[in-house]
Amino acid sequence: MENIAQHPENAVEMRNITKTFGAVVANNAVCLSLRKGEILALLGENGSGKTTLMNMLSGIYLQDSGEILVCDRPVTIRSPKDAYALGIGMIHQHFKLVDVLSAAENIVLGLKGAQTLNRREINRQVAKIAAKYGFELDPAKKVYSMSVSEKQTVEIVKALYRGAEILVLDEPTAVLTPQETTRLFAVLRVMKSHGKSIIIITHKLNEVMEISDRVAILRKGEYIATVNTAETSQQDLTEMMVGRRVKLEIDRPACPHGDRKLHVTDLTCVSREGVTKLSHISFDAFGGEILGVAGVAGSGQKELCETITGLRTITSGSIIYRYTRGEMTIEENIAGMRADRIAQRGVSLAFVPEDRLGMGLVANMDIVDNVILRRYQENAGILINRKKYRPVCEKMVRELDIVTPGLSTPVRRLSGGNVQKVLLGREILSRPQVLICAYPVRGLDIVSSYRIYSLLNAEKEKGNAVIFIGEDLDVLMDLSDRLMVLCGGQISGIVDPRQCTKEEIGLMMTRVGNGKTGESA
Amino acid sequence: MTHSGEPFVRVVKRTDIEKGKAILYRVIALLCALTVGGLLVALLGYSPFQMYSDMVSGAIGKSLIAVNKQGVLEFSSSAQATMKIVTLLLVTSLGLTMAFKMKFWNIGGEGQILVGAICCSYIAVHYGDTWPRWLLLVSMFVVACIGGGLYALLPAIFKAKWGTNETLFTLMLNYIAINFITFLQYQPSWQMTGTSFPKIRDFADATRLPEVLGVHMGWIVALALAVLLYLYFSKTKHGYEVTVVGESANTAKYAGMDVPRIILRTMFASGAICGFAGFLQVSGASGTLTTDTGGGAGFTAITVAWLSGMNPLLMIIYACFIAVLQRGSNRIQTTMGIPKSAADMLIGIILFFMLGVEFFINYRLIFRTKQVKREAALQ
Amino acid sequence: MNNGLTIFLNFINMAVLASAPLLLATLGEILTEKSGNLNLGVEGMMFMGAIAGLGAAYHYEQAVTLAGGTPSALLATGIATLAAAGAGALGALIYAFLVVTLRANQNVTGLTLTIFGTGFGNFFGELLGKQAGGFVQVSSATKAMFSNISFGSFSAIPVIGPLFFNYNWLVYFSIIVMFAMAWFLAKSRRGLNLRAVGENPATADAAGINVTLYKYTATVVGGALCGLGGMYISMSSTACAGVWVHDCVNGYGWLAVALVIFAMWSPTRAWLCGLVFGALLVVRNYYPIPGLPMQIYAMFPYIATILVLVFVSIRQVKEYAQPASCGLNYFREER
Repeated sequence: MENIAQHPENAVEMRNITKTFGAVVANNAVCLSLRKGEILALLGENGSGKTTLMNMLSGIYLQDSGEILVCDRPVTIRSPKDAYALGIGMIHQHFKLVDVLSAAENIVLGLKGAQTLNRREINRQVAKIAAKYGFELDPAKKVYSMSVSEKQTVEIVKALYRGAEILVLDEPTAVLTPQETTRLFAVLRVMKSHGKSIIIITHKLNEVMEISDRVAILRKGEYIATVNTAETSQQDLTEMMVGRRVKLEIDRPACPHGDRKLHVTDLTCVSREGVTKLSHISFDAFGGEILGVAGVAGSGQKELCETITGLRTITSGSIIYRYTRGEMTIEENIAGMRADRIAQRGVSLAFVPEDRLGMGLVANMDIVDNVILRRYQENAGILINRKKYRPVCEKMVRELDIVTPGLSTPVRRLSGGNVQKVLLGREILSRPQVLICAYPVRGLDIVSSYRIYSLLNAEKEKGNAVIFIGEDLDVLMDLSDRLMVLCGGQISGIVDPRQCTKEEIGLMMTRVGNGKTGESA
Repeated sequence: MTHSGEPFVRVVKRTDIEKGKAILYRVIALLCALTVGGLLVALLGYSPFQMYSDMVSGAIGKSLIAVNKQGVLEFSSSAQATMKIVTLLLVTSLGLTMAFKMKFWNIGGEGQILVGAICCSYIAVHYGDTWPRWLLLVSMFVVACIGGGLYALLPAIFKAKWGTNETLFTLMLNYIAINFITFLQYQPSWQMTGTSFPKIRDFADATRLPEVLGVHMGWIVALALAVLLYLYFSKTKHGYEVTVVGESANTAKYAGMDVPRIILRTMFASGAICGFAGFLQVSGASGTLTTDTGGGAGFTAITVAWLSGMNPLLMIIYACFIAVLQRGSNRIQTTMGIPKSAADMLIGIILFFMLGVEFFINYRLIFRTKQVKREAALQ
Repeated sequence: MNNGLTIFLNFINMAVLASAPLLLATLGEILTEKSGNLNLGVEGMMFMGAIAGLGAAYHYEQAVTLAGGTPSALLATGIATLAAAGAGALGALIYAFLVVTLRANQNVTGLTLTIFGTGFGNFFGELLGKQAGGFVQVSSATKAMFSNISFGSFSAIPVIGPLFFNYNWLVYFSIIVMFAMAWFLAKSRRGLNLRAVGENPATADAAGINVTLYKYTATVVGGALCGLGGMYISMSSTACAGVWVHDCVNGYGWLAVALVIFAMWSPTRAWLCGLVFGALLVVRNYYPIPGLPMQIYAMFPYIATILVLVFVSIRQVKEYAQPASCGLNYFREER
């Protein structure tokens, strides 16, 4: 355990904080200090305990032992109300906003005041704060009609309206484009100049280097160290995060260019409410390559996956699958076919959806019942033959290092990484020629993430086509052979990531057609 | 240093609980409920012990099965009435389970029973005096199932297409069915002659089911149905599909299942089984049709299904238990003057306790004790 | 006076009276659902309120008469009201405890409350009836308190008089409650907090709102209103008018649950839609369709509800939808 020198200018100090959930020790005697007027990055992998630690600072959890000091005074934070009273405001990763209310209503929610709401006065005050720090915010706009970046702005203004001097942001850039991230960082610097103290929870090393003054590192619930950002490097930070030297590059094996497996032409999808989700999408996916898909959340990635796999109706366009069965090569236009029909026709495609326990798996069922989800029709008759699949499941658990008490444990009890391995493992078992993955490494620790990248590369090397929808641009640029950028339901461009900068891709994510379009031969 | 602001009691989700412990908790809850019920009647001046023993003897009689005056083995006369209720409750709760497993809240069991009863009564009224017995029974059975099935299919179609709330839809259909029977009571071809108030006539003997052990054979069919449904859910493809759709319709769709078809197929089966219960009531239990033919089973069966955790085999036990309470409450009305709606209150209290005990089975309570504080201080 | 007009006015009159119990129960359930609790026990709470109100007034009168005095109708009314509200609140408290604290399934708990409450009502109704030597009823003075009030010269004004100044106090009370609830939800700070609790309890919790307190309060107050709706049936409605009738609520509670959806969770819409329902319930007495059997009329409200259910599900607008977390239980300290 490190000794934190008593600094008279500490905004927050957390000493020997321990928190357990049942058998899991989320934080073990963790220490943290935040100086006044600094930006501190709280760095750690997924599952290292950083969000739990900050949840205790913001009153959502109560520590088992240890103490918290705010401006050198010991305090007890038992609820979010206490945290606000101390001037601590947290902007969560999953926004705590009520959709049907307006921005201003969300901001004043739960505050004491006159019984009747004076909406005009509130709107005025909110506009004042927004102007002070350089936000763009319409107080009367309903949250459900806002973009992700706008919602985040509401969250920050909410904290400031309540007089927060200490702000905690949990993975704020996960959902932003590079340009929005730059704007956010500018705002953070303005707030810092006004004397606010800021903790930013992140696992993105480049952002840590860019915005923070100091970095505190957690690993598997333990506190490792706090260092000055100017005196460290990404490699050092990774080593402290993971505990050993980790290769930071993602492999991109060169594979012989395969056949065209998927030919999508002019795909358009209009939702029930009349919103155009996809507009004239045309692209190809080839065997032996990973096609990355980048875009701000809500650009049509979900609809793209669902239309191609038969889970959503198409307004117009064609989707031609080209695959081999034995000696034959079959071309099948599956546009408009429902998922069960596609399965019946024997088209070998696999889909790992974004919503793992809500769509890809049945949370309350065990591994075997989840593995047979795609294959229970295989045997004739009306009975299910579970015994037949046990050896296959056992093999999968072994090969992918899935940590589970047993084959009959419900999958909701597994950790995030293991859930994903079950999902991906099952899909690969069906030997698909086209594999579509939506955000496969979201929420996973580094080691599991790299495991997934290897699995995807292995599929690529088998000659299959992989479509990878991701949110981390750095990963997408390292892993993909070609990168397709979606913006507002349209293709903004298909580029070679080796010849493109991150900024160019960021621009394509926000405005259609800012990049060089072109398909590889 | 310990935290002085430690809350008095913390709630932590359990990872596991042994089956035996869970059963023990439930039994304790049941006993508590019966005690509270007993206290209630005691406060009103009645003896709880007499109430419960009268209930049991009213339901079972001197002995469950005995040789009667004609030398035939059959259920005692009290038990016969109880067995009819058991059959009705068991079949209805099995029907409702079909829907509940799919998280489709079919509150329309009563209406589906009645529609099944109406359909087979139609045959009984118009052909009961002319057709041979076997033809009557088979045709009545078939139309009852189809009628009940279609009545349940209607809300299912709207749910599958537009997500219409099935709880209220099925509920409203109940009242429509009840009113339709009242309407039939005024129809000349259906009416009983020679009574002062409108009533549907008794049907011919040829429409009645044969008896086993003094009770219409429906009770044997009910037991067989329970076993059948148990196997259906645990071992068949259909059962697997129903469970997946109930757990997560999204996942079912993703897995390539035809979710609308599964919903419709299962709801038809649910209504058909309830319609079958209606057939058993008309052809087996009463031989006529009234607005009371369902006897509230559509609602009581919900509690039976819930108490059994949707397990068809356990439903046999709970159906018997509730039937004893209901039949027994008839008896205590005559012997002790306790209104028979006491049974409803008692069932409500039991279910309240059973709902409450699930919390203690799923969660653990950690109290702030001196021990915990001491341990924390040592760290 | 024009005969057609008279018939029409009578029709409206009866529609308002028929809709009054529905309105009270609907307002109660709207409040409950706004907090995220779907309480299907409305029928049960109405039964509990119905017998509690009647029984309390009856007991008061018996006690006073036995002691040799004359029972005051005003006091009887007050006691009945408190008892009915209290009984409904008690039922709702059981529900709230099971659902909010013990995290039980809302659907089943509500249905159980219906079964329990129905049994409770019929049980005590019959018991009291036995003790009273046949059936239980309150004195005519008390009955008069619950019947239509005459406002003297106001009631004599043509058209306006019968339309507005001809009802019992519960009708006016329910309208006051309706306006109060509408203001509360739209304009008050606590109302905003309540709406947040029902839409997104995690957000409300993070904002420092005491989610548990709001859920309990809304559910219990809602239950009290349902209890008053039940009291209307046993004391004011023409079918009962101060006499306990077995199974008197007879599905009104379920109509109220349907009305909540019909009114799309808005108190003012509940009033208007309630009038429509009330009209459907009595229309056969005033505008009979030749040849249509009486039982088909009785089906009207239920058919109307089904049509509304379908309509609401086809056209989905966010502001007209059920509070998003209704039916789901919320708790903090969960990983």
